[in-house]
Amino acid sequence: MPRLSRDMRHPIRLVVNGREMAGDAAPRLLLSDFLRHVLGLTGTHVGCEHGVCGACTVLIDGVPTRSCLVFAVQAAGRKVDTVEGLAGPDGELSPLQLAFQRNHALQCGYCTPGILMSLSAYLRTHPEPDEGALRDMLSGHLCRCTGYTPIIRAALEAARELRKES
Amino acid sequence: MKPPAFDYVRAESVEETLAALAEEGDEARILAGGQSLVPMLNYRLVAPKLLVDIGNLGDLAAIEADGAAVRVGATVTQAQFLAWPGLAESLPLLAQALPDIGHYQIRLRGTVCGSIAHADPSAELPLCLVALSGTIMLRSRREARDVAADAFFSGALSTTRAPEEMIVAVRFPKRRSGCGYAFREFAMRRGDFALVAVAAIASDDGMRIAVGGVGDRPRACDLPPLADAALADALNAFAWELEATDDHFATAAYRRGLVRSLGRQAVAEAMRCRG
Repeated sequence: MPRLSRDMRHPIRLVVNGREMAGDAAPRLLLSDFLRHVLGLTGTHVGCEHGVCGACTVLIDGVPTRSCLVFAVQAAGRKVDTVEGLAGPDGELSPLQLAFQRNHALQCGYCTPGILMSLSAYLRTHPEPDEGALRDMLSGHLCRCTGYTPIIRAALEAARELRKES
Repeated sequence: MKPPAFDYVRAESVEETLAALAEEGDEARILAGGQSLVPMLNYRLVAPKLLVDIGNLGDLAAIEADGAAVRVGATVTQAQFLAWPGLAESLPLLAQALPDIGHYQIRLRGTVCGSIAHADPSAELPLCLVALSGTIMLRSRREARDVAADAFFSGALSTTRAPEEMIVAVRFPKRRSGCGYAFREFAMRRGDFALVAVAAIASDDGMRIAVGGVGDRPRACDLPPLADAALADALNAFAWELEATDDHFATAAYRRGLVRSLGRQAVAEAMRCRG
């Protein structure tokens, strides 16, 4: 790969939520800002911008990642999944999203996209999590509204439903 | 916060990485997992001219064990190391310490060697490498050299790596028979940097205790077999040697207290699990 100059924007092609997408980015542009400002996918929220709050978590090649700690140029050629990709084609919510709705696992909703993305990957690799494991995993996300209890309840319920489905 | 402008290259080989480092020196930074470097960039604590992304270098992605040590390549993530099947058997100290690094999401991307290169005085991996007397394997275009962990960390976020050198791997010595290993850490919240972390290695012949989070780098001391009041005295003397200072998280006295209590717990645990 040639050296990408700081003074220019470079074409980035990647697959977002199963669709090929493209946009231009200078090397310093964070993936979080690329998703929001270049691709217009504002479901990914930006909180602390130093990897602590977890609001901007997306999946890169299926792995939960802080999009504020990755540059758009690093995501070129990769598969990125954001919260916009969770619902079905007609907008029907995923079992995880429905569990959040039923359990009031969000209030202001700022942290929710990141939490949903972490959980969507985690529940695939850990189909039978106990509460302790979930709390440990969710320590990577800050929520200032819920006190976490309904989030844990929703995650456990979603895990049960996903097990039934598979 | 947005990072300052830099050039970016996705390296295709170690040689290309070394050539970029030779050319740019300390104006270049290696980007692996980015879990320490990118926050530093976002805070504008560093402003390199060039980032060399080594994320695609498959030949640095291996965990290899020989009779004496486990060699972890530069792009191995903390999560991959934690999931390595030989971990509990070969490196019981790491099996205990790795879950305390950051959070699940950070470990999935953060690399083992990146944490060593970053050299945060509170970080778990530098502490474990010092405790086990591990080795950092450096390469530049001119030479390859191995540096002992004790001689590598030179201060807060500072190491003896030369600007044209990169860490290609680190080596953790394997469990020795007759030794027990224990790790204890105290942080304000799960996943936060440790206020104090302690690693202890104990056998019938003596013990080695390493402490992180106090002072500007992880430090170790070797002690003869001790127990009870003699051990408490030795831990207290070591706690004072570390020259703790007050900061807005904890006072020096509180940190010394943690060294004493976590040290006592870690030694007891290490003695209990001598194998």
